[in-house]
Amino acid sequence: MRRFLINQAKGLVDHSRRHHHKSPSFLSLVPPQSRPLASPAPASLVSLSRFFSSTSEMSASDSTSSLPVTLDSINPKVLKCEYAVRGEIVNIAQKLQEDLKANKDAYPFDEIIYCNIGNPQSLGQLPIRFFREVLALCDHASLLDESETHGLFSIDSIDRAWKILDQIPGRATGAYSHSQGIKGLRDVIAAGIEARDGFPADPNDIFLTDGASPAVHMMMQLLLSSEKDGILCPIPQYPLYSASIALHGGSLVPYYLDEATGWGLEISDLKKQLEEARSKGIAVRALVVINPGNPTGQVLAEENQRDIVNFCKQEGLVLLADEVYQENVYVPDKKFHSFKKVARSLGYGEKDISLVSFQSVSKGYYGECGKRGGYMEVTGFTSDVREQIYKMASVNLCSNISGQILASLVMSPPKPGDDSYDSYMAERDGILSSMAKRAKTLEDALNSLEGVTCNRAEGAMYLFPRISLPQKAIEAAEAEKTAPDAFYCKRLLNATGVVVVPGSGFGQVPGTWHFRCTILPQEDKIPAIVNRLTEFHKSFMDEFRN
Amino acid sequence: MAIKALDYDTLNENVKKCQYAVRGELYLRASELQKEGKKIIFTNVGNPHALGQKPLTFPRQVVALCQAPFLLDDPNVGMLFPADAIARAKHYLSLTSGGLGAYSDSRGLPGVRKEVAEFIQRRDGYPSDPELIFLTDGASKGVMQILNCVIRGDGDGILVPVPQYPLYSATISLLGGTLVPYYLDESENWGLDVNNLRQSVAQARSQGITVRAMVIINPGNPTGQCLSEANLREILKYCYNEKLVLLGDEVYQQNIYQDERPFISSKKVLMDMGSPFSNGVQLVSFHTVSKGYWGECGQRGGYFEMTNLPPRVVEEIYKVASIALSPNVSAQIFMGLMVSPPKPGDISYDQFARESKGILESLRRRARIMTDGFNSCKNVVCNFTEGAMYSFPQIRLPPGAIQAAKQAGKVPDVFYCLKLLEATGISTVPGSGFGQKEGVFHLRTTILPAEEEMPEIMDSFKKFNDEFMSQYDNNVGYSRM
Repeated sequence: MRRFLINQAKGLVDHSRRHHHKSPSFLSLVPPQSRPLASPAPASLVSLSRFFSSTSEMSASDSTSSLPVTLDSINPKVLKCEYAVRGEIVNIAQKLQEDLKANKDAYPFDEIIYCNIGNPQSLGQLPIRFFREVLALCDHASLLDESETHGLFSIDSIDRAWKILDQIPGRATGAYSHSQGIKGLRDVIAAGIEARDGFPADPNDIFLTDGASPAVHMMMQLLLSSEKDGILCPIPQYPLYSASIALHGGSLVPYYLDEATGWGLEISDLKKQLEEARSKGIAVRALVVINPGNPTGQVLAEENQRDIVNFCKQEGLVLLADEVYQENVYVPDKKFHSFKKVARSLGYGEKDISLVSFQSVSKGYYGECGKRGGYMEVTGFTSDVREQIYKMASVNLCSNISGQILASLVMSPPKPGDDSYDSYMAERDGILSSMAKRAKTLEDALNSLEGVTCNRAEGAMYLFPRISLPQKAIEAAEAEKTAPDAFYCKRLLNATGVVVVPGSGFGQVPGTWHFRCTILPQEDKIPAIVNRLTEFHKSFMDEFRN
Repeated sequence: MAIKALDYDTLNENVKKCQYAVRGELYLRASELQKEGKKIIFTNVGNPHALGQKPLTFPRQVVALCQAPFLLDDPNVGMLFPADAIARAKHYLSLTSGGLGAYSDSRGLPGVRKEVAEFIQRRDGYPSDPELIFLTDGASKGVMQILNCVIRGDGDGILVPVPQYPLYSATISLLGGTLVPYYLDESENWGLDVNNLRQSVAQARSQGITVRAMVIINPGNPTGQCLSEANLREILKYCYNEKLVLLGDEVYQQNIYQDERPFISSKKVLMDMGSPFSNGVQLVSFHTVSKGYWGECGQRGGYFEMTNLPPRVVEEIYKVASIALSPNVSAQIFMGLMVSPPKPGDISYDQFARESKGILESLRRRARIMTDGFNSCKNVVCNFTEGAMYSFPQIRLPPGAIQAAKQAGKVPDVFYCLKLLEATGISTVPGSGFGQKEGVFHLRTTILPAEEEMPEIMDSFKKFNDEFMSQYDNNVGYSRM
């Protein structure tokens, strides 16, 4: 039996040896050489590592080096990945916030305003009451048996809670569900997608996840075997993509959004980047499109989307469509169209294009970030591939049930005639129109600053202004070993308490500097933010002007 | 289409290699049968509420109030909720920055992590640092985060008990590492023999594998044993000598069904050992709201506590956690409630104590009924479930059955479990999904079916098994032992 044990161990070892030929991947980011201006994505993305000081200084002679796990011996992919939205600047902000409690008078501001992350309810946005009523009833179902409940909850929330509980085997909201999510909820979501697009959706194509991020990870894990596998990503991009590509050991193949045309996406640029990557031996597997854009806020025109779909079809790329901001469109001349609808309108079906659409409960007008609900709709994959996706989902058992229920609610909100309809619509429209107003106010304020230009936020939750920094400021930043835009953002934080994320965290054309600022502070706070920002910028420019 | 975007051949090999039996062939077949209208008893997953266990009332009240904070302003809220639930909801909402709808700190709400640290300190008698506690969407996510940090490539090995919970083999496959098995000894009530461990490690090292970490599951899954303090000491000493990180899967710490070996945490044993062990062994312990008498699987709540990990490594783990933004906030509150339940004197205390005691005592009786039931069957032997939620009986398959399985193209225990499912509706997991010695066959069932249904289930199992054995038994000898 010992014999067997050893053979078994040997077998496992041999097996995995045979199947892996991985070497540490440093190849990953491929600069497009033919376009010098837009070139070193590597430089701009690699510089992200500076946001986590720990990664920049690795010493073998750590006092803890006798321990099995030290910084020198952890997975290098972990060291490599970066996520600036919660990086150094947020750590500084948290420390300031603590200190502010004790030393109120030491600062020129009385609170920290977190504009670094799309987290609306942390800035005072209220949840949609109907959704929360349903969730509360599902969490504590015995309320449904109490007569007093009718005095405290709307009639349709009670009906909806019953309906949902009936879809859950044994009405057990405390049980693991099917690994794709509760079937009845997926039916509701599929119906919601159908109503949105006018094309059929299949509940079996839907995988409910703990927010959209784990769904993106799952697809990256599936697609990426080594640094020879590449993913086309927009620059600037939401750093989830660069981080998950790095974690899964693949290569990010950048394509540049054109700031001059409102962050437009040029198919000719896509094609160039694709060919360039291929010529370097990278098998490009997928194209990521974020629509509406994060951090860039643009909403793609339908025609542009058609070109993207055709491009993916011709080039055999999986289209990974990040559509989490689909409800956040603020301008009358733009409308959200899902990529699935665009593809089906072109007459492309399951066999023509592989498409994954990500949706989340964290964004939209609901902004329920803390619930970690979301789904991906997976179409155009063969059944053997689908089985692999299911298997990956099953290793994590299932996503949280409350998030699953909420995902079904946002795809099937109250309808005209329902008890909650009027109040629901008032809440929804109030939030969306206020966001539009805030976006416009901030955009105008930014554009009035010296050396700052800002495209309009057509959608999503962010502004991404470009700042022309004076040479002196760039030198001062270099002296502090910081990226110039990070230098600016830190100064901004220290002077105003406003937390924004440097553009280098998202990638940008080298030599240009940006920051990302959410439009989420409540409306009554916006004038003060504008004032502080304006004042700060003036004095910054006065200090560093050439 | 012009070029195939994604076909099976081009998928990540690590994904294809990964196996996860708990939701594999048997489960899929069971789901089909259920759709066809057959009554299925799902004993494949430790999922108590799915089998009728009622949630504890108090935590559900608190979380419902946190979901609907506007109720707290309603003068009639007291008609539906007890005052201590209302107070607790206000307390937890005050720990959030924007209620259940806002991302929390990526490590979890600081206030809840503090409550977890206080719980650990009460349990072990040693201080615990909230900064070294990360809340996660269930313990599985935590295990994945830590293994992701440890595994650099297939040259890194992780010691995993066999039989094991397939989360470990699946995650190691996905991350491209190498699983180094060590065998639990069935004849010693699934005990862990350090000599055995040594051999596995020596073997792996001779293959060029750097063994980096060791997993223990205590109480055991699927094997149900509770590790003794002496055994834990040996393991920790071994990890110290061999420079292994110990991953302590302690999610079943509330599920103990005997009095000889109460649960003792790896952290406590490590601290008891003193220097150089207490500051020289790196330990990560995992816990969850899915098990115990809570069984709140659908919430996806868990935590891990890190001991002796260098601050810069903790920072890296924090960074990776931050990419996922935050664990879900309602589950964080469930975790807070689990580690600080109602106290004597609280309005809800009696009900809470009654409910939790009722569940645990019933589980204890069910563990006994199940073990005895299995042991009364022909060609079946089963160790007693000392803890956790599972029975893992050995099925001694006659050669005729193994032959028949081969003809059907099935692994013998899969063949047996499928027949069992078709005949009785009992959905189990074949031992091959957890790993077992060659030629020995098992199945795993949970002990979770309702107590009143238990005798009937065991009767129908016995009837099936004994008929199966007679059908294939030609008295030539059993599969093993």
